[in-house]
Amino acid sequence: METITKTKLPEKEVKQEFKKETTVKIQGSEAVVRSLIEEGADLIFGYPGGAIMPVYDEFYKVQDKIHHVLTRHEQGAIHAAQGFARSSGKVGVVIATSGPGATNLITGIADAQIDSTPLVCITGQVGSNLLGSDAFQETDVVSISTPVTKWNYQVTKASEIPAVIAKAFYIAKSGRPGPVLIDITKDAQFEEFDFSYKKCEKIRSYHPVPKMDPEKVKEAADMINKAKKPFVVFGQGVVLAQAEKEFKDFIEKADIPAASTLLGLSALPTDHNLNMGMVGMHGHYAPNVLTNECDVLIAIGMRFDDRVTGSLDTYAKQAKIIHFDIDPAEIDKNVKTDIAVLGTVKETLAELIPMIDKNKNQKWHQEFHDLRKIEYDRIIHPQTKPTQEKLTMGEVIAAVNEQTNGDAILVSDVGQNQMMTSRYGKFNTTKSKITSGGLGTMGFGLPAAMGAKLGRPDREVVAFIGDGGFQMTIQELGTIMQTKIPVKIVVLNNEFLGMVRQWQELFFDRRYASTVMTNPDFVKIVEGYGIKAQRVSKRENLKDAIADMIASEDAYFVEVIVEKEENVFPMIPSGASVSDVRLK
Amino acid sequence: MEKQLYTISVYTENNLGLLNRIATIFLKRHVNIESLTVSSTEIEHVSRFIIVAYITEDEVKKIIKQIEKQIEVIKAFYHTNDEAIYLQSALFKVKSELLFEKRQIQNIIKKSNARIVTVNPEFFVLEKSGRKEEIEELYDGLAEYGIMQFVRSGRISVTKEEMKITELLEKELV
Ligand SMILES: Cc1ncc(C[n+]2csc(CCOP(=O)(O)OP(=O)(O)O)c2C)c(N)n1
Repeated sequence: METITKTKLPEKEVKQEFKKETTVKIQGSEAVVRSLIEEGADLIFGYPGGAIMPVYDEFYKVQDKIHHVLTRHEQGAIHAAQGFARSSGKVGVVIATSGPGATNLITGIADAQIDSTPLVCITGQVGSNLLGSDAFQETDVVSISTPVTKWNYQVTKASEIPAVIAKAFYIAKSGRPGPVLIDITKDAQFEEFDFSYKKCEKIRSYHPVPKMDPEKVKEAADMINKAKKPFVVFGQGVVLAQAEKEFKDFIEKADIPAASTLLGLSALPTDHNLNMGMVGMHGHYAPNVLTNECDVLIAIGMRFDDRVTGSLDTYAKQAKIIHFDIDPAEIDKNVKTDIAVLGTVKETLAELIPMIDKNKNQKWHQEFHDLRKIEYDRIIHPQTKPTQEKLTMGEVIAAVNEQTNGDAILVSDVGQNQMMTSRYGKFNTTKSKITSGGLGTMGFGLPAAMGAKLGRPDREVVAFIGDGGFQMTIQELGTIMQTKIPVKIVVLNNEFLGMVRQWQELFFDRRYASTVMTNPDFVKIVEGYGIKAQRVSKRENLKDAIADMIASEDAYFVEVIVEKEENVFPMIPSGASVSDVRLK
Repeated sequence: MEKQLYTISVYTENNLGLLNRIATIFLKRHVNIESLTVSSTEIEHVSRFIIVAYITEDEVKKIIKQIEKQIEVIKAFYHTNDEAIYLQSALFKVKSELLFEKRQIQNIIKKSNARIVTVNPEFFVLEKSGRKEEIEELYDGLAEYGIMQFVRSGRISVTKEEMKITELLEKELV
């Protein structure tokens, strides 16, 4: 049973009297809410409990100003906040109680840290007199979250609240964004103090954006202009810097083929003639192979993750490397660069563009198109227009593209569904692909899709989720029901933990250890939550089901029974070279 | 690349939790910290960490960048042993009777430039500041006769090169 510390509340009348005065004396809990309002946080996600109840009591009073979305699990709340932040470009806000509430946030915090997502997480904490005493629901969440937060802080005095919240928002969204956590003791929530709010614009020890060095930009321009076979790899840095236009202008002026990382997808429209697809483990054939053929590799807002580079010993060794990034710690971290250009890519690309000449090597472009043709014939065509009896993931995604014209936000979970969505999803506009990249968190998809829809109610949001990942956060169907979030959900059911099964098939002699799933009747479950649902197992029904789903004003669920043992190809086996990408 | 001892100096805001944050950066890379000292500096509210680790230059550069990335870190530097003036302090507790019975002990003390901090009927305490090797030499000398207690501090260091740290910090802190 939860014990709630009894603290004497001041009389109502007394409180009202204070409010009339110029300096407003309020409780810490009210200060939290007022600070959130000051920061423009009108939509937040969370789950209540003993140590955060005073703040919830304040939310109750400002329902017209702050919409608090009650999820069904704190992990759901934080993934929803991540989806919200990624679709809207705003800071996601999450609130939870101490102990288990706080620890349930950790997966999402780690996910946001590795994927540079701006979040402010607020947790309640036991009273400061109880700190360190193993009190009920006490966990040292500041220590636990230290390695996975951009910054964190424990508040023990109400008077610290406004400045700490202001600092938290500033840190979360400035420079390379990331998650911050504020832990507030219960007594600080009750304590009264004189409230005033000032936004944070500067922290003396923190330099979010390194100064651009125009010399470096010039060196980069010279190297790019001299290149015979230049190649661009771009990442989420382009999106985070809102540099989509500068990026497109740059590659168009230079006429350089470009490929995206997983999180860079949708920064450049899928159909753009210079978009060569995605690099990495399950990326496209041409950009992977030609990474080891180019003479200058221009990396823009990306971090050379091992899923992108494969073996570093053989990664683009023939090429000169130019790295544009905001984070000095990314320079030379994995791949040694010849020229590093620091700054926001919006600023550095704008500086670069006037110095750039058009690359005239059409033979280089042809190399991409030749390899693309091979991949199309051997993989893309059979996967998206299959002739086999069973449905494929690729054709389901293609069917959604057709209905949405590529205008939807596609959220994916983790596994084969994620890679297929990334390979076959069509994106016309930026911030349209939301997935857990660096952490690969199963269960991310459903709550992230809810958050994405709440962040951009004007856009269609479709989530593609595996039967495994769906059951990791399936409880969020309750949130969709209660909050009436018109999100569209496609479960690609292969009755396997598909991606792990694929590895077992390829590298463990088909020993399917613990990857077979006995699943419940998903349609019944979803209907139990009052959400419209249908199941598709035949090709002739697919198009109509997807059309019904897209036409629906409300949330809608489609379960597609897909081929059980389909594999995602191309594939760079882990530790292999990018040019050893396998087509089967 | 060859491993060697690097002295990493970090100037930070004096904030709770930074020790944890900085230590985590080493831990995460499986780098053992040889010694760590935290102290106040010539500047108010600014702390200084001196961390010694046995690593490659490539590793130390990456670690420095990760440390500097922390919000409340002002500046981090690394130096090789050649580039810094450094020492450690050690205390030795030895039975007092040895001081009078064993003539050699007095020679060892004299030769090592160690200072006697306190003497009482039971034991005496020696203090020796210097490089690790000098402290080890004294240790080996005394160990033969028996040491009751021994403790050595972390490394403290200043650089040979003029670092203009105060100016730099003043510029950073505006
Ligand atoms: C929380 C978590 N646990 C385990 C994994 C390892 N893992 C990666 S993909 C995968 C299988 C996913 O299966 P499913 O959700 O059915 O999707 P599919 O691959 O079949 O599309 C697993 C278990 C993970 N990424 N995240």
